[in-house]
Amino acid sequence: MGNNNWPDHQAQRVVVNGSHLACRLEGFHVCGGGEGIKVWIRAAGHMEPIRAQLGKTLSVLLGIWCQPAFKHEDETETIHSNELYERQKNGVSNGTLYKKTFIEHFEQAPMYVAVFTFVGFAVGTIFGYLRDFMRAWGLEKRNIAAEREQQKDFVPLYQDFENFYTRNLYLRIRDNWNRPICSVPGPQFDLMERVTDDYNWTFRFTGRTIKNVINMGSYNYLGFAETDVNALKTVTIELEKYGTGVCSTRQEMGTLDKHVELEKLVATFLGVEDAMVFGMGFATNSMNIPALVGKVFLQRADEGYGIITSNMEGSIVRLPEIVSLKNKYKAYLYLDEAHSIGAVGATGRGVVEYFGMSPDDVDVLMGTFTKSFGAAGGYIAGKKGLVDFLRTHSHSAVYATSMCPPVAEQIIRAMKCLMGLDGTTQGLQRVRQLEKNTRYFRRKLHEMGFIIYGNDDSPVVPLLLYMPGKIGAFARRMLEKNIGVVVVGFPATPITESRARFCVSAAHTREMLDTVLNALDELGDFLHLKYSRYSKSSHPELYEESRLELED
Amino acid sequence: MDVKRVKDYLYWLYYQYQLVTCSYVLEPWEQSMFHTITVTVLAMVVYTAYVFVPIHVRLALEFFSQIFGPQPESAVLN
Repeated sequence: MGNNNWPDHQAQRVVVNGSHLACRLEGFHVCGGGEGIKVWIRAAGHMEPIRAQLGKTLSVLLGIWCQPAFKHEDETETIHSNELYERQKNGVSNGTLYKKTFIEHFEQAPMYVAVFTFVGFAVGTIFGYLRDFMRAWGLEKRNIAAEREQQKDFVPLYQDFENFYTRNLYLRIRDNWNRPICSVPGPQFDLMERVTDDYNWTFRFTGRTIKNVINMGSYNYLGFAETDVNALKTVTIELEKYGTGVCSTRQEMGTLDKHVELEKLVATFLGVEDAMVFGMGFATNSMNIPALVGKVFLQRADEGYGIITSNMEGSIVRLPEIVSLKNKYKAYLYLDEAHSIGAVGATGRGVVEYFGMSPDDVDVLMGTFTKSFGAAGGYIAGKKGLVDFLRTHSHSAVYATSMCPPVAEQIIRAMKCLMGLDGTTQGLQRVRQLEKNTRYFRRKLHEMGFIIYGNDDSPVVPLLLYMPGKIGAFARRMLEKNIGVVVVGFPATPITESRARFCVSAAHTREMLDTVLNALDELGDFLHLKYSRYSKSSHPELYEESRLELED
Repeated sequence: MDVKRVKDYLYWLYYQYQLVTCSYVLEPWEQSMFHTITVTVLAMVVYTAYVFVPIHVRLALEFFSQIFGPQPESAVLN
């Protein structure tokens, strides 16, 4: 598995053929944050192994402290089947850990697709070498950053080969990313039109705005990214009262009454003792994990910025199994709910509620307000002792400016709406609408014959494109149809699995979803993307409401 | 109308070829180079097949027919 940073005075990690990871977990077992590491753990007889693979960018080191007793596969099986037997002895049925069915799809594409994907990358690589050669020999103008002549003997500033992929493959289709928008990223948004004269090296704005592009890429799960004056009334009041800047850190003069109010509200919302909020979502992880973890290394258990709904996979973490694992091996569990808080669960309280578990099962609950709450920042919640520790030891509390009051008010109003404290049922309606939209969208895409990854309840819907040529074509053609999508390719996903990632929102109406689905149907045929072997019909009736739908 | 349909279909085939081989992302001169090379290689394959496959098939058949006993040209001296 290629990881070299083990603590040398402990027993080594045991990985049996990459699909078993059975050892005693001591110290913090961090689930989530960042990209690239998935841990496959076989924890009890009827659970499925979770795949173990090392990812690309590492922001934390990896380590698990093992006991030699758990080296053999057979022993592991015995131990775990004993556990299963114990559970069954008490009269609980086979699906004890899950109170509802858990369906996740990760269908594999036909073999020829993988072959052509590699062919595509090979062609791109060959032409990349050709262009690099031409650039090096002056046959072509160099547009990339390079050092000046006088600095040639210095330590190199730019690593040429490392950027090979960026220069030669990403750059050719980079008009599909970093598109500037000029309105609120609600269910629809306005785009500034950009054109390029030199094949994406530079862009210029034509001055025109493309209006009302359907937004399938923003993490606006509950639709709180809105500009409705009535909705933002309290936020406007707070803005006029406090201004926009706090100009201090939490430990100096940056703790305002708004923060106290927000933290109490977050703790009530999640059902825990206390919570602490931070000004930036990513910084919540990057500033607090070092404070919590210290010398013990961390093990990340999922891929993407949220363990729960993984950013790129659309899967939901198997929380009951992880909790039983952590209880067995006496580890701590840090749950990163960046995407799932607000978006998953019967009342939007995240995966803990989705699985019907108690928040006491998880030691550290972390989440962000950037996705479902339409604000900025993050929180860490849990026992009072933990949060008190963070208030003194968090790097963010010492050095980073605290959250600004209008943003805090936005979170407060969104959370109150979700909890029903504002006197309406709007919050619950939003959660229900998101659920309905998610199920409808996923079901239709499955029926059309696309390969969709992930859990049926996850609002993040990755549609697999596979071939590198189709990434650019798909995004451009969708924009021509006035739909904005996010496509992802190689470094963020495995090389053969490029995809388009849709984020369903509660603010999407049925008409918008139908427009998108029609466009996808057409485009799927035109680009030949319908690889699924399990599709039911080739042309599902989108407008047929008379069919009995169980979820309605 | 039929001509248009055929033309559209051919364009669609060409577009698929571009997507699958990732020549869709290349600049026009790179695409010309790529198409030239591909067509050349394909032409060479077709030509080689045309020249060699009949001979190979005939030789293979002759080889396998000997399993059933060699058939002498004539058993009788004339």
